[in-house]
Amino acid sequence: MNPTAIPDRVRLSIYRTMLLIRRVEERLCALYPDQEIKCPIHLYIGQEAVAAGVCARLRKSDYLVSNHRSHGHYLAKGGGLREFFAELYGRRTGCSGGWGGSMHLADPELGLLGSSAIVAGGIPIAVGAALAARMEGRGRVAAVFFGDGAADEGVFYESLNFAALRKLPVVFVCENNFYATNSRQSARQPLDNIYRRGRIFGIPGFRLDGNDAAAVYAAAGRAVERARRGRGPTLLECRTYRWKQHVGYQEDWEGGCRPARELSCWKKRCPLERFGRRLRRSGLLTPARERALTAEIDRRIEAARAAARREPSADTIECDGGD
Amino acid sequence: MREITYRQALNEALAEEMDRDPSVFLMGEDIAIYGGAYGVTAGLMQRFGEERVRDTAISEAAIIGAGLGAAITGLRPVVEIMYVDFMGICLEQVNNQVAKIRYMFGGKTRVPLVIRTEGGAGRTLGAHHSQSLEAWFLHIPGLKVVMPSTPADAKGLLKSAIREENPILFIEHKMLYNTKGPVPEGEYLVPIGRAEVKRPGRDVTIVAHSRMLLFALEAAERLAGEGIEAEVIDPRTLLPLDIETIAASVRRTHRAVLVEEGTRTGGTGAEIGLQIMEHCFDYLDAPIRRIAGADVPMPKSPVLEKLTIPDPDRIYREVRELLA
Repeated sequence: MNPTAIPDRVRLSIYRTMLLIRRVEERLCALYPDQEIKCPIHLYIGQEAVAAGVCARLRKSDYLVSNHRSHGHYLAKGGGLREFFAELYGRRTGCSGGWGGSMHLADPELGLLGSSAIVAGGIPIAVGAALAARMEGRGRVAAVFFGDGAADEGVFYESLNFAALRKLPVVFVCENNFYATNSRQSARQPLDNIYRRGRIFGIPGFRLDGNDAAAVYAAAGRAVERARRGRGPTLLECRTYRWKQHVGYQEDWEGGCRPARELSCWKKRCPLERFGRRLRRSGLLTPARERALTAEIDRRIEAARAAARREPSADTIECDGGD
Repeated sequence: MREITYRQALNEALAEEMDRDPSVFLMGEDIAIYGGAYGVTAGLMQRFGEERVRDTAISEAAIIGAGLGAAITGLRPVVEIMYVDFMGICLEQVNNQVAKIRYMFGGKTRVPLVIRTEGGAGRTLGAHHSQSLEAWFLHIPGLKVVMPSTPADAKGLLKSAIREENPILFIEHKMLYNTKGPVPEGEYLVPIGRAEVKRPGRDVTIVAHSRMLLFALEAAERLAGEGIEAEVIDPRTLLPLDIETIAASVRRTHRAVLVEEGTRTGGTGAEIGLQIMEHCFDYLDAPIRRIAGADVPMPKSPVLEKLTIPDPDRIYREVRELLA
């Protein structure tokens, strides 16, 4: 999609979402060594265009199911910053009451049904939400984010079959960052064809540059529209790259699982930089405006973080869950 | 009171709840046109339509996951897993998603999901279609495990399960579907988490669930002929366990015999027995006795199958031994 064909308001909003995710996670990298955040973190830096592009097509009432690398999805769907930091700090006021942590963020009011830390575990749940949406008949759509590793799990195929058979309004978004924890895709899969794996069930699939927010936005738009009109699911394979370790705030090329050169190549394709460059070129973003935007986002992050940190720790295992 | 089968009672419960609440729907393998492997859902698709009684592919994980997704977005799904033996294929969804979601997200999410399945031996179906796996699920907090043994309980418990806000694993028994019993006309519920004394007695407490309850009652009848009055308790819900009702009985009888069809090691008796110890150790006049399935995969031959699971005669003999 020609980025200039996207309304200015939407382009700015996508950029703002990506910038928010980036700045939040960079802040986490700085905070993590303090050891006040006591849960593993799976950072999304480098993949921001996927969450921002897809969620820009979702309504508040649409459903989203996420995975262990959940920060970007949560923030892009509108999840609260203060509740986010409170959850990571283990506070009672966290979005999951301190029960979840980084891998289990949810806010049902915003359609954020939750994130599963079991690879592929959330995929059938999104299918069920789509089934409920279909039975409700108000045009809601469900989207589910998962990685290339989830395409190795059996329940992925069960879910594709289930959704295709009933033409359910679900968008399967595979974020192919080429590594399942530390194993590269070529060591796990004989063919590099995740986007085609829906076709055996009649599900259209598309491979896209997951570092191009405009491309993601365009493809997600078609997929969401198709789902909303009752035409059935779509599978999007967004090719992207995570900059940090599988889990943790550092880079991991030293470990030998992936070459430093690969990372530096992908850094040159930074989704935020690329989208920002286009906005600058079209005059939507000036250096001054960019500085102001970053400063405003950083202020919000710091205010949310500081407030969350002061909030009371979760202190009871009496959960509202028990009857 | 009229008498109907366990199968009919379950069917009535589903139909009544579907009538009462349009958000209730059913999903599973062969449940719509065929009416379910054991006929529990017969006629419901014809009555409520294909939207609300849905056949699925043989995809247990997707059935459970989709049921869960629908449950947290406003519906009340009752999903069927044809045999409890198949739970292994979808245990990830049951254990990590269904049971945890309400807690993991801080209590914001309600999970009104019922997973119906059936288990047990008796039809010489061999190792993959005859297991009693309820003990597995006692180790999954967040889940409730319900196992009715009579038609009246089957109906009342299933209706309660459908109205619950927490996920329920509802395990029926394939040898009970044709059993008949009195079932009240009209609306009633049986509360989840409540045991029932099925036969009062003073000499020994026998705790038995599902089909074993029937065997225990048969044994109790024979024991009564010899002057031994056994109190027979059906927990009905295994998780959470109504230990109070069981402990109150043991405090009176001073002896406990626990009967289960599942294999002995790590079984329901292990848990119930220890809870009895915790609650009434000082009242016990004899060691707690477990009568359970043998620790082997279920054999197919009818002779071997019978040897593997408890029967009324064995319960009778073991109780006599304990009281001797």
